[in-house]
Amino acid sequence: MFGQANVLAAGQAAFPPSVEDFYLPSILPWGAHDSYWFTKITAMVWVAAGILIIFFLATYRKPQLVPTKKQWLAESIYGFVRNNIAVDMLGHRGVRFAPYFTTLFCFVLLTNFFAIVPLFQISPNSHIAFPAILAVISYVLFNYIGIRQHGFVKYFKNSLVPPAPWFILPLLIPIELFSTFIVRPFSLAVRLFANMFAGHMLLLVFTLGGFAMISANAWLAPVSVLSWVMTIALTFLEFLVICLQAYVFTVLTASYVQGALADEH
Amino acid sequence: MYFLAAEGGESTHNPIIPIWQEIVVGSVAFAVLCFVLMKFVFPRMEQTFQARVDAIEGGIKRAEAAQAEANQLLEQYRAQLAEARTDAAKIRDDARADAEGIRQDILGKAREESDRIIAAGKEQLAAERATIVRELRTEVGTIAVDLASKIVGESLADEARRKGTVDRFLSNLESTGAR
Repeated sequence: MFGQANVLAAGQAAFPPSVEDFYLPSILPWGAHDSYWFTKITAMVWVAAGILIIFFLATYRKPQLVPTKKQWLAESIYGFVRNNIAVDMLGHRGVRFAPYFTTLFCFVLLTNFFAIVPLFQISPNSHIAFPAILAVISYVLFNYIGIRQHGFVKYFKNSLVPPAPWFILPLLIPIELFSTFIVRPFSLAVRLFANMFAGHMLLLVFTLGGFAMISANAWLAPVSVLSWVMTIALTFLEFLVICLQAYVFTVLTASYVQGALADEH
Repeated sequence: MYFLAAEGGESTHNPIIPIWQEIVVGSVAFAVLCFVLMKFVFPRMEQTFQARVDAIEGGIKRAEAAQAEANQLLEQYRAQLAEARTDAAKIRDDARADAEGIRQDILGKAREESDRIIAAGKEQLAAERATIVRELRTEVGTIAVDLASKIVGESLADEARRKGTVDRFLSNLESTGAR
């Protein structure tokens, strides 16, 4: 957790930042570089899960018909995903999926949000393992839903065979197969991962760049300040990306489920 | 391999190769999160939403029922009021008719009574007059006979003759009196 701080304090800010800056030394055992069970990243994942569990259990311990402020907040989050994503895209069937979508949305949003929270300042989603897990769950989910809805053969026929003239099908079926069953989980995972990775990298570049310039030449101090101001501006941009990516991930999952449930292609 | 050697055992990372330990940790953490939220929180939220909808719809239904009942009561009261009004009018009319009848009755009775009283009075008068006339007749007869005896100075021996004379005189007297 303190790897970066140590680096900064020692004045050894390596510029430009590299991929290695995303892989901090582990906490337990302290400082190890090839142990991944208990790192800042995994700790943040636990913290995120813990915060969400505690928040929702605490606010929804005694639900009332006329909500309290906290209850209202929790209900608003659920209501937002339920009405604006699940029901909007899936109709009344969406209510069934709303709990998972909300959990997904909250988890992605909070883990993304760690990217700009002081002391956390990196998102677990900048490690592809976590987006990959969520993408695999979404992939399994929409395929399972589709097979259960239509049966195995009909589902794959619906998904793979578009209503097109027969002579173009040899071209379309591989494309459909590729886009639906191969690319989808990757695009889902990589989209989230890349956004968070790039966001962290950008903030690193401007923060460390400021240090690099000021330590190279004191006359560059104003530029360093400009660089840090840019960091603040980029933090706001990062906030936008955080919310947007959480929303996009959830909406795309909902859209895949919608595609699997749809009767026609 | 070069980096490995250069950085003293520190392995280089490929950012798009997931670390399997992180996959395990992430899966477990997310599974726990899903389990708790999807089992204990969101279903209860759905229940609360449903309860809220029920409460609102129930409230509307109750209000509608109350409104209907109120309307019905109002109708009932209006009907009763109208009924009461016609009843009152009828009672007034009846009373008026009764009063008129009673008045006529009483008037009739009074008239009858007065007629009766008048008739009785007349009868009595007539009876008294007849008695008086009869008494007077005998008395006047006696007085006249006495007077005549005194004047004439002789006693009229014949009873029958005397009676005839007096009667004759009296009828003459009556007929002159009547005239």
